[in-house]
Amino acid sequence: MNFQIALILGQDGITNGAIYALLALSILLVFTVTRILLIPLGEFVTFGALTMAAIQMGKAPALEWLLLALTLIDCGMDLYQYRHKLDGRKFQTIGLKLGYVIAMIALIQTLPLAELPMVFQALLTLALMVPLGPLMYRLFFQPLADAPALVLLIVSIAVHVAMVGVGLLLFGPEGARTEPFTDTVFRVGPMMLKSQTLWVIMVSVILIVTLFLLFERTLYGKALRATAVNRTGARLLGISPVFAGKATFALAAFIGTLSGILIAPITTLYFDSGFIISLKGFVGAIIGGLISYPLAAVGAVAVGLIEAFSMFWASTYKEIIVFTLIIPFLIWRSMTSHHVEDDE
Amino acid sequence: MPSRKTLSALIAAATLASSMVAPVAMADIKVGVVTSSTGPIALVGIPQKNTVALLPDHAGGEKITYIPLDDASDPTATVKAFKKLIDDEKVDAIIGPSGSGNAMGVIQFAAESGTPMLAPVGTAAVVLPMTEEKKWVFKTTQNDDLIAAALVDHMKKSGVKTIGMMGTADPYGENWSRVMKGLTEKAGIKIVADEHFQRQDTSLTGQSLKILMSNPDAVLIAAPGSSSVMPQTTLKDQGYSGQIYQTHGAALDPFLRLGGKAVEGTILAASLMLVLDEVPESKSKEIAEDYVDRYTRIYGNAPATFGGNVYDAGLLLQNAIPAALEQGKPGTAEFRAALRTALENTTEMAATQGVYNLTPEDHSGFDERGRELITVKDGGWALMD
Repeated sequence: MNFQIALILGQDGITNGAIYALLALSILLVFTVTRILLIPLGEFVTFGALTMAAIQMGKAPALEWLLLALTLIDCGMDLYQYRHKLDGRKFQTIGLKLGYVIAMIALIQTLPLAELPMVFQALLTLALMVPLGPLMYRLFFQPLADAPALVLLIVSIAVHVAMVGVGLLLFGPEGARTEPFTDTVFRVGPMMLKSQTLWVIMVSVILIVTLFLLFERTLYGKALRATAVNRTGARLLGISPVFAGKATFALAAFIGTLSGILIAPITTLYFDSGFIISLKGFVGAIIGGLISYPLAAVGAVAVGLIEAFSMFWASTYKEIIVFTLIIPFLIWRSMTSHHVEDDE
Repeated sequence: MPSRKTLSALIAAATLASSMVAPVAMADIKVGVVTSSTGPIALVGIPQKNTVALLPDHAGGEKITYIPLDDASDPTATVKAFKKLIDDEKVDAIIGPSGSGNAMGVIQFAAESGTPMLAPVGTAAVVLPMTEEKKWVFKTTQNDDLIAAALVDHMKKSGVKTIGMMGTADPYGENWSRVMKGLTEKAGIKIVADEHFQRQDTSLTGQSLKILMSNPDAVLIAAPGSSSVMPQTTLKDQGYSGQIYQTHGAALDPFLRLGGKAVEGTILAASLMLVLDEVPESKSKEIAEDYVDRYTRIYGNAPATFGGNVYDAGLLLQNAIPAALEQGKPGTAEFRAALRTALENTTEMAATQGVYNLTPEDHSGFDERGRELITVKDGGWALMD
């Protein structure tokens, strides 16, 4: 082990750590606002990456049909739920949703996907993926928003398992990888810096800062924060829990998809890779005690670094080392923070 | 994509339905097929499941019905599927499962009930060392050491003195480490690094650095399916310029697509199915061409080698059934025992993967006619001369 190898491993660890940090933040965000541990977050990562790969190969991503199907079910549920008080506004919302999906499908079927500039490919992927977040909340979690956290966790696991199956159906068993955003390689002293690494770190930092501003400075962000602090109190002040749930899921879907797009050029992703990636984000979130954003981000980067170095020293035991990390933190956490019984 | 998937699903459903609905005459021969068409090793299982529709439907004047089941890559589900096939369906033989680990777990059930099992799996551990239980297992893939011998041979000829290995941390990679240790020792080649990784790992920088540090003449990557690509691209990215060898696990078209320029010049040994157009005429080539044509007509894409392994299992059964029919009626223990003996006596049978010569000691039975040295040239497979 010399300095140069440490540098390369460090660079690798920080790149992965930045992705884990993003995921840790969205896990935290969803958990604090809705009490749901978002296990299917990893699927947003893989679906995003695989959709991007399909678009780059010039194939219409099969994801559009999933989006269509979920939207139709969603509209059906809306119609049923409001069947006694249907008015123009309800129809307008339903029309807008359907119109959006149909417009997306029309776009995908007609655009020359492979020739689009990469920015548009990424935007298209995001436009397809992000609505899945609120849809997921509407269909699986909203009907039992008041259920105990354990029930929500079980539903979350079920959704994850179903999504992995759907992923196999939509994208096939082969992995995929996308083109790097830019091909340039920078030399800094003894080190080679791949531009994709810089992209990952840059986008992650920008996203984290944006999230911070969103929550500190905007009304919507404050509403979400209020819900996280005290759900009932926020509701009394007129913050809709349905809105809060959908908004956080949309944010989680956005962050997950973006993470997928960011790492797809670095690694081969399979339909079932998402779980292990989001699990590492989860370890980060645990280090932050499922409460503290800065601690979670730092923890996630630490997970990335430890992973990189353990991969060098003991490649066979890498996962064991990373996931065993959670135990001392749980012990430390349970000793230092005072225990609050779950309100159910 | 969706239309092809739906089509294959429909066909699978249709085969399943027809096997259940068709009035089953008592004398029909029943063969269970267990594959992993969903779950982590679906890449292997899907072409295998698709192949069921192409398997021979008659042998020795009797109709063969196939009962396909999916084990979702889960070893527990494999055991359940085997028990269902053996206890409820009273099958005469079982083809499957797809995964090495899954196969290891069901050998005892096949042996207990005396049902011949034809495993299209990679690991030689299912038939070696031969035991009383493994007597019931036959393997339709080349043993790792046969493929490895071809690679080591080539290394020796091209003057390689040291190699680094990068394999998956699963039975496939572990077995390759073991096999290569033995063979390289004999050939006077030294393994200077032996690294392992998980299929879903997002980064292999550490392993690859470790190999680069020991600076071997060549690197062998032992990983099944698309996971064989990332070690190679990582090594190339970090500036490794030696020869890279791959195992038959990489012998799939996604390897070329995902690897792009980084896999150009790779050397691997695999069955002739990859380079059908280039190999000289032989019985195996004829059978493989017919199989690939029929498969492509139904599913719209050429099958991966894994499908060929299941097809060969069907051919082996077809070949053995007439002799077994003389000993007993399908559905009886005598028939299954006779079928096992007949399978064991298979001689010079050509199939898609090579020529089978099974003996009581060798339940895989390939020789060098079952492997070709293949290289990647201009983004396609090419036979090495």
